[in-house]
Formats: sequence, C-alpha cells, structure tokens
Amino acid sequence: MQAFELLTARKTDDALALIAQYEGAAFIAGGTTVVDLMKCGVTLPPVLIDINGLPFGEIDANEERIRIGALVRNSDVAYDRNVVHRLPMLSKAFLSGASGQLRNMATVGGNLLQRTRCPYFRDPASRCNKREPGTGCDAFEGIHRGHAILGTSNHCIATHPSDAAVALIALDAVVELAAPGGTRRVPIEEFYIVPGATPSIENVLLKGELITAVEIPLGAAQRNATYLKVRDRASYEFALVAVAAGLEFDGGTITQARLALGGVGAIPWRVRGAEQVLAGKKAGPQAFKEAAEAALEGAIPRRDNAFKVELAKRAVVRALETVVRER
Amino acid sequence: MPLVSLKINGLKHKIELEPNVTLLDALRERLGLTGTKKGCDFGQCGACTVLIDGRRVLACLTLAMMHKEAEITTIEGVAVAGRLHSLQTAFIEHDAFQCGFCTPGQIMSALGVVQEGHAKTDDEIREAMSGNICRCGAYTNILAAVREEVTRASV
Repeated sequence: MQAFELLTARKTDDALALIAQYEGAAFIAGGTTVVDLMKCGVTLPPVLIDINGLPFGEIDANEERIRIGALVRNSDVAYDRNVVHRLPMLSKAFLSGASGQLRNMATVGGNLLQRTRCPYFRDPASRCNKREPGTGCDAFEGIHRGHAILGTSNHCIATHPSDAAVALIALDAVVELAAPGGTRRVPIEEFYIVPGATPSIENVLLKGELITAVEIPLGAAQRNATYLKVRDRASYEFALVAVAAGLEFDGGTITQARLALGGVGAIPWRVRGAEQVLAGKKAGPQAFKEAAEAALEGAIPRRDNAFKVELAKRAVVRALETVVRER
Repeated sequence: MPLVSLKINGLKHKIELEPNVTLLDALRERLGLTGTKKGCDFGQCGACTVLIDGRRVLACLTLAMMHKEAEITTIEGVAVAGRLHSLQTAFIEHDAFQCGFCTPGQIMSALGVVQEGHAKTDDEIREAMSGNICRCGAYTNILAAVREEVTRASV
C-alpha cells in the first residue's frame, strides 16, 4: 500500500472540515472497500480520515420508520430485532453479503458506496472507463459473465455489487447526507446514477459530503418480504441474480408490490413497471410471470451473461412465491 | 514515525507504525506474532481472522493505527497458561486440518461464531464459517470440531 496520512475525526464538523481541507482525501470507516482498493492500486488517497468515532452507530425504530446510523456494522443491522421482524428483506440481504468477518467490519454507509467487483476495474493494467475515464472498457469483449444487463451503457457494463442497496431501493430508503452547509435527504432511488458516458460518477454524493444515516419507512409490503440471492456458491459470493420482493395483500389480491433486482444492474435496479403489473392482481403464477417479464424489459445481454435474463425472470417468480408462502 | 500502543492478548506493545501498516503486518512483521496467517491479503480467504473487542474481523483489511484502544486477540492468546482452549482440542480430536495454514483463522472465526450465537445447525455453521477457505478441503472435520464447540457453549 502506498503511504498516506491518517487523521482521526472526533466530531462530524471536524470530519467535514478535514475532507474539505485535504485534496483527494477519503473517509475510512470499516475499511473493507477502501483498504482493499488501495492495495489493488485502484484508489490512492493521500489522506484518510477515520470517522469511526462519529455518533452514527445507533439503530432507532418507531412505528413509522427505522433509522440506521451510517456507522452501524452490517452484522448488527442484520440481527437487529426490529430489522429482522419489520424489514426481513433487509436482514436477509445483509446476511447474504460477504462473510461473517467482513459483515462485522463493513458499515451501512460504506456498503452503499462499495465499488464494483468488475475484474477490469480492480486491475490497473486493464482499460476501464470507471477507473480511468476515456480509456475504454476491457469487459466488453473480455470475460463478462458476471456483468450487468440493465442500466448499462456503451462505456461500462459493471455490476453494482451491494445486496443491501437492492433491498433498500425496494424499501424506499432515504439517505441522509451531511455537508458543511447542512444536511440533506436523498431518496435512494435518486442516489445512484447509471453509468451513461461517465461511469466514474456513481452517485449524487458531492465532494466533501458524508452519509450519516439511512431511514426506511415501515409498512405491510416491507414486512411480507424476502431477499433471494442466486450465485455460483452457496455462500460468500456475489450475486449472479438477486431479487428483493415485498407484497401487501387484501385477501388474495396484491395491493402493493415492491420489487428490485441485484446482480444484473449497473446500479441497484428498482423495477417499478413490474410492481405496477402486480398491483391489483390476484397473487399467483400468472401475475408473477407477467411481473418477471416486465422486470427484465430493456435488458441488454452480452456474449457471456445472456443466461441472466432467464435466471432473473425465474428468480423473480420464486421470490414472489416465497413471499406468498411465508405470509 | 508515530509510536503506537496496541493491546494484544492482554499485553500492551509500543511500536513505531506508519499509517499504511495493516493490523496483519503489524502482528507478523513488527511483533513477531506469526500465528495469524497471510493468505490472500485481500479479505477473501479468512486466514488472518483475529478478534477485536471480541468480534471476528480480518486483520489484512484494517489499519493497525485504528485500533489503539482495542483489545486484540490472536491465536497466540487462545490457550491459557499452556492449556488449549476446548475448540483447539476439538480441532485436534476431529483432525480438522491437513496443512494447518488456515487453522488459526478457522479457530479465531469459530470463536467468533460461538460468541455471536446465531449458528446452531450444520447448515448455519457452514454459512457462518464460509469466510474461511481451506485449500486442503478439511471442511467436514472443521464442521465437526466447530459443531462440538457450538454444542458445548449452548449447554
């Protein structure tokens, strides 16, 4: 790892002042992404600011919402009693990501900002528009079995790696951001930016801004919910396809659906078209099949990852069936 | 170079450290505690698992200087006064290793699994231990050893 300076922020104001003061500085919390990418030579911040001492380590729940501090570790969210019972898809999503050790380290804020696992992004000897804008994309003609089929562009087909963000986007989470001028709240659906011609820009976070919390509204479709992850190994592997699904019922009729896909999108992929297909329909194979077709609309598969289209459709159906069965 | 105090296995060590030294390199290269192994050095194999304040983490993905106030436990601190921990005994009795390189990480991870208390069944233990790779493929016996400790701890 290259040399850098490590500073410690004790208060939010100090953290924001330090990041503004040092050009190219980065925050470090759990470190599982930052340290990894520094070892790969993908990011080389001259200054790291340790924010573990900031007061964002609590989960707070009331009748309407659950608020999770940005520094809460992934494992602590997953096993939180309120999250397990009222947001089961979020608990399952967190538990399906990484390993026990990594979940004990990685924070919620860091999870939202984790970088793609595209091998060409992680290898500074390869061409990558995300890592070095304008250099090209070696994934296009290279090995791209794990790459995205939705939300991609001619400049980038990298997959967003987070499981939790897929659940959070299905749950209409709001991301709270702090900056020297004050705080702002961004719906997570507006937080991520598809690659387009500028894959290096991944979200709306401004220079010097800090994620302080995510807030999730509660309801029946958030509670009758699941997260299904399909991957090459049973555990400790990134998703080929993942589905976050939640349903609200009136008898046998679906009144509200929440549906998002992981492992297939350039960003965590909410499928509102499929949600609309489900709303008002009787829960069952016909509606689920139609929703699956709608969810994959606009998919652009390439040579190695065409299997993901059918796999994702079947995963959507299975996730919805699971929600009905476990209702 | 800043002088940093680290508390490892109950003992305080004062060492000179640059910020870019991982906890793994501090343990192995600076303190001679080579029980913690460097497998991949990228957070993918689990060989470097240690406990920080009782929680299992990967020493290769964390900076030593960020743990000045923490209680760090490595494999060297698991046996007390020459007496093996019951989990270590279980690894021997179940022949839960071949080359032994991943074993310190397996044991530290399993201690974390027992303390977390979420894994009871074989499938849950396999899932909880999935961050520790064994290239010899001793998984069946590792599972048996961990299961024994999980059962003992829940009695």
